[in-house]
Amino acid sequence: MKQAVCRTSEEPCQECLVGFGAEKIREDFPILWTKVHGKPLVYLDNAATTQKPQAVLDTLMRYYTEENSNVHRGVHFLSQVATQAYESGRTRVRKFLNASHDREIIFTRGTTEGINLVAQSYGRKHLRAGDEVIISAMEHHSNIVPWQMICEEKRASLKVIPMNDAGELVMDEYERLLSDRTKIVAVVQVSNVLGTVNPISDIIGLAHRRGIPVLVDGAQAIPHMPVDVRALDCDFYVFSGHKLFGPTGIGVLYGKAELLESMPPYQGGGDMISAVSFEKTVYNTLPHKFEAGTPNIAGTIGLAAAIEYVEKIGMQQIAAYESELLEYGTELLTAIPGLRLIGTAKEKAGVFSFLLDGVHAHDIGTILDLEGVAIRAGHHCAMPVMKRFGVPATARASLAFYNTRADLDALAKAIHKTIEVFA
Amino acid sequence: MSDLRELYQQVILDHYKRPRNFQKLECANRHAEGHNPLCGDEITVYLQMDGDVIKEISFQGAGCAISQSAASLMTTALKGKTKAEAEELFKKFHDMVTGEGNGADPMELGKLAVFCGVSEFPVRVKCASLPWHTLRAALEGKDEAVSTE
Repeated sequence: MKQAVCRTSEEPCQECLVGFGAEKIREDFPILWTKVHGKPLVYLDNAATTQKPQAVLDTLMRYYTEENSNVHRGVHFLSQVATQAYESGRTRVRKFLNASHDREIIFTRGTTEGINLVAQSYGRKHLRAGDEVIISAMEHHSNIVPWQMICEEKRASLKVIPMNDAGELVMDEYERLLSDRTKIVAVVQVSNVLGTVNPISDIIGLAHRRGIPVLVDGAQAIPHMPVDVRALDCDFYVFSGHKLFGPTGIGVLYGKAELLESMPPYQGGGDMISAVSFEKTVYNTLPHKFEAGTPNIAGTIGLAAAIEYVEKIGMQQIAAYESELLEYGTELLTAIPGLRLIGTAKEKAGVFSFLLDGVHAHDIGTILDLEGVAIRAGHHCAMPVMKRFGVPATARASLAFYNTRADLDALAKAIHKTIEVFA
Repeated sequence: MSDLRELYQQVILDHYKRPRNFQKLECANRHAEGHNPLCGDEITVYLQMDGDVIKEISFQGAGCAISQSAASLMTTALKGKTKAEAEELFKKFHDMVTGEGNGADPMELGKLAVFCGVSEFPVRVKCASLPWHTLRAALEGKDEAVSTE
């Protein structure tokens, strides 16, 4: 594949785009050969979860077949093999995010747990009555509810950065919200409903001027673009493995070491201690302080394999290819009479949220499914976004790098069929 | 495609586009709200009960074709029925859309039999049964909103 030619360059060359080879890449994903209702599967629900390449499946199989053991405690051979595999998974994640130290990488169950960890640990320590937490109007419920819970407990309040009709954050309003009362800012990098790519560096820069830490919800960003936590200078970054072509039940919290050091543990149990007596417990050092209990070892190793896989393709190349697909799909969909796109930000990732005149999103979802086209219909765990746009639900097609123009053609064709049924 | 036509029968599409008894019932002495958080379906069922008899029934709401047409057809089927008859019909309807029971006799369900295709679509059963659950709440005079979750 040609993308190997310019993997190190900043901008992908035209030759690489031509040689991206999504058709070839699709061969790595056995599930994409599935037939649904007798039709070839067109999988466009990648914002919900992504499919797994053979390399990840093989890694999981090999781990359980040849290496399975518990980590960090056994003197026996297999335990050392498993520990080595688990910890080298951490190193791979650290390099992928360009973090400084392995101990800044905490394994979680997913984005949701990462945010809960920060809200419960950092929030509980630093929030006082009258303090404020800033989030945005386009957050997933997972970046709303954990903050509401801790705010309620601490009698702090939640402030929300508004967005415009295109689904872009109003940065002037954000600046006005920042104050001495603000204790943390928690913002999504890419919206799961609108596809908006937020100006996350500016958001971080403005908060840092006041010494306020920022958590970035990277769940929808990490599969689509290169992420460098040191370049962003974010204080916390969270994402889920299953949206990055890895297994479910594994996620990552990156935190700056000095912040993580200062935070109390989130859960108590095995592995997070260095000494326990009934009188007193001494907590383990980072990252283990935040990893109570037997971790998701197979998940971690599977995630590392997924990262290795996408790194071979190149995150720059993936971003460039998907942006080309996004442009193609946007033209295709906006040409359909009665179709309205929700989320038309200038900076956008591969998400198409849409409405059809006279057809409810759930009906669109069912009819598309019968055509083999898998999309999501509903509120996408972002009810406030639905309310902001005055709609009960949207249909959402979302891209990954194994999608092709042919997938988008199939989507458009199935939408036309939906319109026919309801005509 | 046959599955598709079976689910979205003309009667269903007709009741979706032109719902019957779609209004607030001013003379209602019972009402209940229901919602399906999965797809955002919302419905309010209004009843005017004369003793045990449903004298008038209407609904308002917004949602998918299945939930809205199921509500519309439910109102046309229940006017003049007793509470017990309504419960009986709900049971038959429920058995049909879930594919449970011995399979209701389509003749007993009348026009409601157009929803037989729903049993092939497990995720849509909630849409079809939401109006009926809401009806039951109204009949029982429950104040809490019904949710299919």
